[in-house]
Amino acid sequence: MKTWDEVPFAGYILEPGNAESYKTGDWRSRQKPVLSQEKCTFCLLCWIYCPDGAIVRKEDAVEIDYYHCKGCGICSYECPSGAIRMKSELEET
Amino acid sequence: MVAGMVLALNGDEAAAYAVKQCKPDVIAAYPITPQTIIVERLSEFVADGELDAEFISAESEHSALSACIGASAMGARTYTATASQGLALMYEMLFVASSFRLPIVMSVANRALNSPLNIWNDMSDTMGARDCGWIQIYNENAQEVYDFTIQAFRIAEDHGVLLPVMVCHDGFIVSHSTEGVETLSDSEVDSFLPPRDPVYPLDVERPVTIGCVGVPEYYPEIKYQQEVATKKSISKIKEIMNEFNEDFGRNYGIIEEYRMEDAEVAILTIGSASGTAKDAVDEMRTEGKPVGLLKLRLFRPLPVKDLRKALSDVKVVGVVDRHISFGALGGALNMEVRAALYEMKDRPHVMGFPTGLGGRDIRVEHFIKIADELLKIAERDMLEEDYRVVGCRGPGCIGP
Amino acid sequence: MREMVEVRFHGRGGQGVVTASRLLAEAALLEGKRVQGFPAFGAEREGAPIRAFTRISSNPIRVRSQIYTPDVVVVLDPTVIRAEKVTEGLKDDGWLIANTTKEPEELKAGLATKAKVVTVDATRIALELLGAPRVNTPILGTLVKATQLVKLDSVIKVVKSTFSGRLAEVNIKAVERAYHEAKI
Ligand code: SF4
Ligand code: SF4
Repeated sequence: MKTWDEVPFAGYILEPGNAESYKTGDWRSRQKPVLSQEKCTFCLLCWIYCPDGAIVRKEDAVEIDYYHCKGCGICSYECPSGAIRMKSELEET
Repeated sequence: MVAGMVLALNGDEAAAYAVKQCKPDVIAAYPITPQTIIVERLSEFVADGELDAEFISAESEHSALSACIGASAMGARTYTATASQGLALMYEMLFVASSFRLPIVMSVANRALNSPLNIWNDMSDTMGARDCGWIQIYNENAQEVYDFTIQAFRIAEDHGVLLPVMVCHDGFIVSHSTEGVETLSDSEVDSFLPPRDPVYPLDVERPVTIGCVGVPEYYPEIKYQQEVATKKSISKIKEIMNEFNEDFGRNYGIIEEYRMEDAEVAILTIGSASGTAKDAVDEMRTEGKPVGLLKLRLFRPLPVKDLRKALSDVKVVGVVDRHISFGALGGALNMEVRAALYEMKDRPHVMGFPTGLGGRDIRVEHFIKIADELLKIAERDMLEEDYRVVGCRGPGCIGP
Repeated sequence: MREMVEVRFHGRGGQGVVTASRLLAEAALLEGKRVQGFPAFGAEREGAPIRAFTRISSNPIRVRSQIYTPDVVVVLDPTVIRAEKVTEGLKDDGWLIANTTKEPEELKAGLATKAKVVTVDATRIALELLGAPRVNTPILGTLVKATQLVKLDSVIKVVKSTFSGRLAEVNIKAVERAYHEAKI
């Protein structure tokens, strides 16, 4: 880690948008959203509601960005088509 | 304004006049006695078109400094002024300004803190703000207020410093006393003080983030960086003072010795009391008493080495504070001078004399009493008390 | 002239006591002297007894305490003499300049001072010329006549630069009249 003479001046952040490299996906502790492309109608409600910008909008579909998704479940709750299911992460490991 | 002229100005007017010549982009302030004259003059200068600055009449001192922080972060030359309760209300933002390394200049017309309600002078306000990371310069008279207000901008904005500066003068005693002030011409000020060259201004073309979270993994590194910068600023401040001295025929230092040659005891003062103390030293010297005076101009950063050097040959130092740090060793200045000298071989005795509280007049006679006390301590080579309050009625104190 | 002259002004809030101390300082400054002009650091309240001070010296002035042993005492309001010990600390070889209808001997008889007493009816002068009892400018004329601390011309110059237009004119007239009407 950087020493006092290496950290940026007064703790300023000089690269814009570097919060993106922060892996908030590590905070996901219990459940993760799983998207079913068949059920999805591309209404984009999840994209609007996700507090972490972890729904990525593509040309004609949405995808989940697990690097940033914190697993709050809001997308699943808001999806009118039942296309997002919260799945226990414990099941995976 | 053509060539520099001697103008009749009180301390507040001297500050305002200097600020006008320094051409700040933004002034955000809230008037409070005894700083009010500064704010009045500056708002007149702006209203009359003599100063092209954004003048923000804030609704409180907290807001005033907050506005200054925003303006300074944008790269603006920024100024504010306050006193007493106003500085206390700014407290939270003082740390933010210095930690952001923003070169804001603030005049403080020193005034006591309530309660009891008191509008008169002492240094409870700025002494209480000594750990906020601001440079603090204390002035003796209106001339110094003028000269150091100009230097404060140079110091603050220097890339080797980048810290906010408080330029302090005693409320009423200096703020409301009219004196002859030798001013500089606008072009002289311009040549001494170039426009600000901000390092990381807020700019949509070059985005930066200021004021983000500092987690324990980074906080100490960021704070130590600030500590090193503050310490290092001493040499820059000296350099800038020397340049000012050379350019304009002044003779300023971060500390000043008066009749210290062969002095056995020294009175250490800060601010306007220094002038009165000099007259007392002259009187003592006429009577053949070996008394000298050390005036501290720069209190933050504390010039530890210079203090050690200047006081290495005296037997006793009497430190005249203008406030009390309750429940400790008198005033902050006394404690810090003691601490600075502690590791010296043959260190002098150091006794504190908090005085001039809440506007109590300090007279030549007070300093003579202090000097006599110091000579007694020198004789018995022993300190009996850590401090004694001067200018207070009752047991344990030295006279009104 | 003495090395340093200390002047103490007594009056009431609203009478321009502080301005008087400043005008005198400015006049001396014009003559190349070192000066201080300052109020007795109080909250000014209309009618309350007020003090202000002026120091004039040919050398730099360092002392910053209030003035306790003045060379000159100037009383702007005759009623202050009842409320305040105006002669306190006044040097024996000093001057007391008072705005009063009394003759100098008459005033001196009631005061404990050895200083020279000079009087002037500045209130009448001010009422006639300024239309208000603002005696702070005229009393300076009397002060100058008695003490020659500064030149009359310097006071007039300062009054001219402090006030504008007609106000400056009448104030200068008031200073001149109080200079000539001084009872020494
Ligand atoms: S809310 Fe449901 S249906 Fe709408 S885009 Fe998201 S996943 Fe698809
Ligand atoms: S679970 Fe929460 S964080 Fe993750 S994609 Fe859904 S709304 Fe966003």
